[in-house]
Amino acid sequence: MIKVENLTKKFGKNEVLCGISTEIAKGEVVSIIGPSGSGKSTFLRCINFLETPTSGRIMIEGHDMTDSKIPIHKMRQQIGMVFQHFHLFPHLTVLENLTYAPMKAKGVKKQIAVEKARELLKRVGLLEKETAYPSSLSGGQKQRVAIARSLAMEPDLMLFDEPTSALDPEMVKEVLDVMKDLAKSGMTMVVVTHEMGFAREVADRILFLDHGVLLEEGKPAEFFTHPKTTRAKEFLDKIL
Amino acid sequence: MNLDFSTITPYIPFMLEGIWVTIKFVSGALVFGFILGTLLALCKISSIKPLNWLAMVYTSIFRGTPLILQLMFFYLAIPQLTGYDISPFLSAVLAFGLNSAAYISEIIRAGIQAVDKGQTEAAMALGVPYNQLMRDIILPQALKNILPALMNEVITLTKESALVSTISVLDLMRRAQVVGADLYRNFEPLLFVGFIYWVMVFGLSSIGRMIERRLKVSDQS
Ligand SMILES: Nc1ncnc2c1ncn2[C@@H]1O[C@H](COP(=O)(O)OP(=O)(O)OP(=O)(O)O)[C@@H](O)[C@H]1O
Ligand SMILES: [Mg+2]
Repeated sequence: MIKVENLTKKFGKNEVLCGISTEIAKGEVVSIIGPSGSGKSTFLRCINFLETPTSGRIMIEGHDMTDSKIPIHKMRQQIGMVFQHFHLFPHLTVLENLTYAPMKAKGVKKQIAVEKARELLKRVGLLEKETAYPSSLSGGQKQRVAIARSLAMEPDLMLFDEPTSALDPEMVKEVLDVMKDLAKSGMTMVVVTHEMGFAREVADRILFLDHGVLLEEGKPAEFFTHPKTTRAKEFLDKIL
Repeated sequence: MNLDFSTITPYIPFMLEGIWVTIKFVSGALVFGFILGTLLALCKISSIKPLNWLAMVYTSIFRGTPLILQLMFFYLAIPQLTGYDISPFLSAVLAFGLNSAAYISEIIRAGIQAVDKGQTEAAMALGVPYNQLMRDIILPQALKNILPALMNEVITLTKESALVSTISVLDLMRRAQVVGADLYRNFEPLLFVGFIYWVMVFGLSSIGRMIERRLKVSDQS
């Protein structure tokens, strides 16, 4: 459902993505790993146009995102994104965080938005927090709300940028469990992560990014046991 | 030296009427300044270069010249140019409004930019159009950063409003001068309106502190 062709991104003279091509099928879970600064976040952010690609094409469900007459905000409604630092709206309650975008950007009726939001809160185990404000939640709870907030838009694709990196260790599991559940439900997911356990267990495919180059891709079992490139070997030695 | 406050007693209603004139003037200038200031702030953060530039030049001019000059300019110079005889009150509201728009635009710009960039990105990623996310997500949060500085601007404006006495608007200050000239006594009327200014400013700063306390509480929620 996503096809990336020769994607490059430069910040000034600094070429951060050097011609990335890949394809992600519906329902597939792809994990992007690689050293710090290799361009993982930039790649993810290009997919929903938080960064404008310098060149290349991104096709989503056959629509060329890079050359389209559909407004960008409409395209983004199909793509959920979960950030390392949650970015919940602090002046809205948990429930309002979930209903805001569906109501305001998609024009969903309040009653329906609230129903859907409650269903999602139940799914991430936070129904009792619907009237709380984000600042009263723990990191793990915030991230679960953030995931639910994205899901409330009923996206076809979910992007995760190191969703557990800002969490205390004891809260990592509750978030990963929600993501596993989501993967099982058939959601197409692209996950940048340092959680190798998650990548190995849940991902259908690993993309290894190094200095803006897609150096290696393959099944987790293969990649983790027999990396083809020395860069990947070195990287895995360092973190495993 | 003999002080005799009973001499101003007959003039007290006359001077008190000045409160109304001052309040009318300050709120007029403030509403005007706030609306224009918000627009200028949006120009400053816009990605359209000429708009940035326009707003910056505007701010630079109004902050870089004396307020009393701007006031005279609108009262005396513009009528000379256009032949339109502008009332003192209107020219004062215009000058003060345009001037405070420059200051307010800086306050609002800083307040908006102090909101975490992640908030904009999160709302964009949800597919919320820019205008809408500005209104519902960014501005409400910016308002918290802005309110204390905005309150200061209101206080400054209230005190500086006394400048309009120089173009014979019958505000508090001007009325004290009128009474002083009538009585050949300046001490009592000046002290009297000075006290009124102080009460007004004291009231405004109390409201400001109250708002700040409220905001702190809701921050913890
Ligand atoms: N807005 C920006 N302006 C300029 N340079 C940027 C910008 N965003 C990222 N970069 C640069 O692009 C490179 C890749 O950054 P990116 O955040 O994509 O890496 P990453 O793989 O996500 O790293 P990490 O694991 O640390 O999150 C870095 O060298 C970074 O300094
Ligand atoms: Mg990153």
